[in-house]
Amino acid sequence: MAGSALLAQRVSKSFRGSRNGKQIRAVDDVSLSVRRGEIYGLLGANGSGKSTLIRLFSTLLEADAGEVRVFGHDVGLEELTVKRLINRVSVEASFFKKLSAMENLVYAGRLYGVDARASRATASTILRRLGIPSARFDEPLEKLSRGMQQKVSIARAFLSTPMLLLLDEPTTGLDIRSKREVQTFVRDLRDEHDASILLTTHDLDEAERLADRIGIIHGGRLVAEGTSDELRERFGGDLESVFMTVTGRSIVDDAE
Amino acid sequence: MIKTSGPARLRRPGPSPSQRLSTFTQQPKLAYAFVERTVALMKRYWLWEVVWIIYSITTSLSVAYIGLAAPAITGEQVDPATTSRFVLYLLVGTIAWRFLGIVFEDIAEIIAWEKWEGTIEYTFMAPVPRLTHLIGMSIGTILRAAVISILVLFAVVLFIDVDLSRANALSAVALLGVGTMAFIGLGIASACFPLIWTEKGLQMAYIVQAVVLLVSGVYYPTTVLPGWLQALSVISPATYVIEGMRQALLDGADLVTLWPLVWPALLIGALSIPIGLRLFISAERYAKRTGRLKRSG
Repeated sequence: MAGSALLAQRVSKSFRGSRNGKQIRAVDDVSLSVRRGEIYGLLGANGSGKSTLIRLFSTLLEADAGEVRVFGHDVGLEELTVKRLINRVSVEASFFKKLSAMENLVYAGRLYGVDARASRATASTILRRLGIPSARFDEPLEKLSRGMQQKVSIARAFLSTPMLLLLDEPTTGLDIRSKREVQTFVRDLRDEHDASILLTTHDLDEAERLADRIGIIHGGRLVAEGTSDELRERFGGDLESVFMTVTGRSIVDDAE
Repeated sequence: MIKTSGPARLRRPGPSPSQRLSTFTQQPKLAYAFVERTVALMKRYWLWEVVWIIYSITTSLSVAYIGLAAPAITGEQVDPATTSRFVLYLLVGTIAWRFLGIVFEDIAEIIAWEKWEGTIEYTFMAPVPRLTHLIGMSIGTILRAAVISILVLFAVVLFIDVDLSRANALSAVALLGVGTMAFIGLGIASACFPLIWTEKGLQMAYIVQAVVLLVSGVYYPTTVLPGWLQALSVISPATYVIEGMRQALLDGADLVTLWPLVWPALLIGALSIPIGLRLFISAERYAKRTGRLKRSG
């Protein structure tokens, strides 16, 4: 599709099971697109294939079949170009634990060609906006709470001003207040920087609150797609009912 | 249209000359990120660095005291000059091995360390060519190895009288430089193991290091080894580097005299880096196909 920030066509990925050696299909013939400036919410239970898709889009996995393009660039053939256009927030904060938030961010900025002074200035602005006091910027990451670490992770992703941001359950495990702060920040930054965002979540409220369109993934397959209004209209009831109808399961039970 | 996104079947669109130049001039800055990170981690893990330095000093001193104890151990009269030569012989081995060992270990642990920290996905997702990444890591580790080895050298000289009156330091440093290149290549090749075998990979790298220590004549001439181990010593760069450094520091040999030892080390270095890089890139692709490029735990 012309003008897509992300275009995945018939993507599949299987892994060999560690116990019985059988092939497990984690992503099964998925096609989706994220339009420029759009927040696309990928809703699915644990183990539904959300994170595998994100890893395929972020060049960390090679697809068995199908094609993935980021702003028209093939992730397999133009890997470095794609890497310059994307960034990712994963469910784990993933930092050098002994380094401070600022040291981690300066390092991350350098990897994207941002010099230390610019990284410090941008990171300070983002971290303050996310409610982290400047006195904590130079503390080792391991001394910050999980919520604060996740906010630093979000700051890291925005530091490189990505054209496409892949948010893999960015608010999982956060308290209500931190969750709201992160959600507001994501929406504000989309509006301010015109970034395109793919957000995976198993939080129905988050998907509805943030996403322009929602895709529901189940057993590695994309089983429904549309705006939340379209999905409700098509399947009836609220988003939880829609999820139950198309997957046969309750996302609340699966998330637990 | 369905197509696999495996190895390049289509021709990659090439960058323009100006893009190439811009990309090329960016590389030192990108490599510097890894140097700065290594230094920052050294500062944050300073207590472990102190422990490592003390361990290195005591190990080197222990080896040197074996040399000083030669008369007592053998029950023979050994003149002071011979004892001094023996001590220096051992010290060259232990300090050179300390330096080369740190270079090897730090590079071989590139993957395992980042898996443990949980940062591996972010490092491999960054738009940094793998060569630049590995050059940056190598510079960082050379700095770390140099700092530790120099501190060990100074500490040892405080305890033991070392006769360096005939030493050709320039030749010794040149040989160490050549050896460093070869060990970087060996380290890069060994860093592949944790990419392929997530659980046991690092142990395999340590086995490689142990075998190199055994066959390279770090503390003894390789001639004392059984024939089949001597055959392995021929392909170890440390064999030539340490023997050459001994000739430079004990007998003042210059690089012309040392050439028979320099060229094999140079050759191994020239081969090991491209081979190591090739293996690393192949292992990275394998890890991407099988889902192994992820944090531990």
